[in-house]
Amino acid sequence: MKPLTQDRAPIYEALEHVKRMRLVPFDVPGHKRGRGNPELVELLGEKCVGMDVNSMKPLDNLCHPVSVIRDAEVLAAQAFGAAHAFLMVGGTTSAVQSMILAVAKRGDKIILPRNVHRSVMGAMVLCGAVPVYVNPECDDRLGISLGMRVDAVEKAIRENPDAKAVLVNNPTYYGICSDLRSIVRLAHQHGMLCLADEAHGTHFYFGENMPVSAMAAGADMAAVSMHKSGGSLTQSSLLLAGPAMQEGHVRQIINLTQTTSASYLLLSSLDISRRNLALRGREAFGRVVKLARYARDEINAIGDYYAYGKELVNGDSVFDFDETKLSVNTLDVGLAGIEVYDLLRDEYDIQIEFGDLGNILAYLSIGDREREVERLVSSLAEIRRRFHRSKAGLMKQEYIDPVVAVSPQDAFYADKESLPLRQTNGRICSEFVMCYPPGIPILAPGERITPQILDYIEYAMAKGCSMTGPEAADISRLNVLKEESN
Amino acid sequence: MEFWFSESQTPHVKLSIRVDRQLYSGKSEFQRIDVFESPEFGRFLTLDGYMMLTEKDEFIYHEMIVHVPMAVHPRVRDVLVIGAGDGGAIRELARYPEIEHMDMVEIDPLVVEVCKKYLPQTACRLDDPRLTIHYEDGLKFIRTCENQYDLILVDSTDPFGPGEGLFTREFYGSCFKALREDGIMVNQHESPFYSEDAAACQRAHKRIVESFPISRVYQAHIPTYPSGHWLFGFASKKYHPLKDLNETRWNLRGLSCRYYTTTLHKGAFYLPAYVEELLSDVE
Repeated sequence: MKPLTQDRAPIYEALEHVKRMRLVPFDVPGHKRGRGNPELVELLGEKCVGMDVNSMKPLDNLCHPVSVIRDAEVLAAQAFGAAHAFLMVGGTTSAVQSMILAVAKRGDKIILPRNVHRSVMGAMVLCGAVPVYVNPECDDRLGISLGMRVDAVEKAIRENPDAKAVLVNNPTYYGICSDLRSIVRLAHQHGMLCLADEAHGTHFYFGENMPVSAMAAGADMAAVSMHKSGGSLTQSSLLLAGPAMQEGHVRQIINLTQTTSASYLLLSSLDISRRNLALRGREAFGRVVKLARYARDEINAIGDYYAYGKELVNGDSVFDFDETKLSVNTLDVGLAGIEVYDLLRDEYDIQIEFGDLGNILAYLSIGDREREVERLVSSLAEIRRRFHRSKAGLMKQEYIDPVVAVSPQDAFYADKESLPLRQTNGRICSEFVMCYPPGIPILAPGERITPQILDYIEYAMAKGCSMTGPEAADISRLNVLKEESN
Repeated sequence: MEFWFSESQTPHVKLSIRVDRQLYSGKSEFQRIDVFESPEFGRFLTLDGYMMLTEKDEFIYHEMIVHVPMAVHPRVRDVLVIGAGDGGAIRELARYPEIEHMDMVEIDPLVVEVCKKYLPQTACRLDDPRLTIHYEDGLKFIRTCENQYDLILVDSTDPFGPGEGLFTREFYGSCFKALREDGIMVNQHESPFYSEDAAACQRAHKRIVESFPISRVYQAHIPTYPSGHWLFGFASKKYHPLKDLNETRWNLRGLSCRYYTTTLHKGAFYLPAYVEELLSDVE
């Protein structure tokens, strides 16, 4: 047996081995290495469909890993400094949901910032946990939610000593980090677990001078989007666990909802990406940081745009900033972020990650080159030259303190009625409303609807944001709880 | 022994040139660079295996990219040339004494170095005192230029690889901004013939039409480029390439050319029907 070191990729090696065995497949998948679906082979290539195989003894089984998947998980845990790593094939959504389901049951409280991803709220609908929101500070100029202040977390902990866990975004979509080490310490002092949504933080584990990663900060679990900055295939992800978590329990929770036919394309992409990051992550992310700094300087030199960086750090609500995130405020150009987002695609053939009311985010990664960054910067300069206007009438994203009237689960499953949008004022919403991306709910089930929220929804739609969540796909109506009093 | 250079002009068409010997082969940060010596075409330069110029037919390209706008614009003082590391466009421009300053922006210093050494026929005027060479990305260079050039020549490679940024809307828009109120931009416009080139040509035209009030296309016949039928774009803020052509003025200069004449200038803007259709589809 070769020793298990970071230059190995056990799942990939096993796939190569199985290929050489030339097994006759009388198992699923039914395309049988592509023979039954030539058009699929034409699309994806022979190598790809040939590796789309099912669990079998030489390839292990994700539901109960004992050999090569186990080895890959051990290597991933080592690389990320975790006690255990679980390979996930249902996206980071399933990693986040498993993380919550593993620590909370019906009625349990979780302390968290309101700017969490929809998957967190989805998990609460599933398990019946109750959110306790900590107001993330809002930056006035940028109109974005920041991190949680430590004293705000402490206050929530004191007021809710029975809460089971504190959840932290590390970082937010925009790159903002809370003081994770202090929050972990606080949570542990009060007998709570600390969970981290690291959908946007894979590189923290490998780059130099990055914000602290959840495992290094002592957090108990972290959901890590390997497919974002880590370079693996879309939908592959990792769930990391610290020493306080019971591996068997977490596995059982994962197996409640995860597929029993895990894709080996996704699994091997996790394996290979982990190897790449462990061996070459430091240099690769060093290049990304350099490129992001360059882009930031060039964009700020155009005028009116504000590409923000480490200068936001204030020791508390912005404890640290992820420099690989190229977030740019567009309000002084006189354009909403979503308008710049649309112009970049429609006029300049550039697709960025998202635009919100006042900002855009261009996602930089290990696959970027200078020449594409030049195109982005020049396009932004041209958009300013051609479309610059007064910023009057532009709305900023403001933090709307949610009023949680009913638990997300109770609201989601309660008797409800559908009302035209404007008539829902004052009622309790039973569904999600969000702009996607970034996928942070404007309304979550159980929250009271206010005029401010309705204004926001209508403005965002008018600016061209893509709104998702409600049953009525055009957001003309919302489902609300039937009036409790009559 | 037979020694041939072949370029796949499409996945199904090749042009082969018999080679005597290879004079240079090297790799820069951006591309592979080769210079060959051939019995039919003299020396020729290839980048990443694509034909850039031969000593035998480069005059067609360089005369056509320079003299067409120079015969229209009445007073060119400041010129920006993007790409053109071989020096051919500079050689033609250097023949105009009223040009006060030329900026040449070439991303790859090695191309210039190799051309100076192996292709003196085109690189011969790269030491002109009016010329400043900037080794940087053209898209980046022009981002900060405003109202400062009378003529911009976009002597780019193909719209894939390092030259890709020079076929974009943001680039043409930046050129518009960098030109004075009566400025002209001429660009290498690909070929209308093979489908992939035609698509690139059409895309470029669409983006230029969106960026300039006057946008016309003219043609030349360049034997070593795919299909031999090549186009240039003439984009302008004020001058029309035919209505504002001043034949007498240009002919009084007494510049001798082997391809360009003011009569050919007029003819070059009359395009085959299928090319007109290709272009008008995106206008």
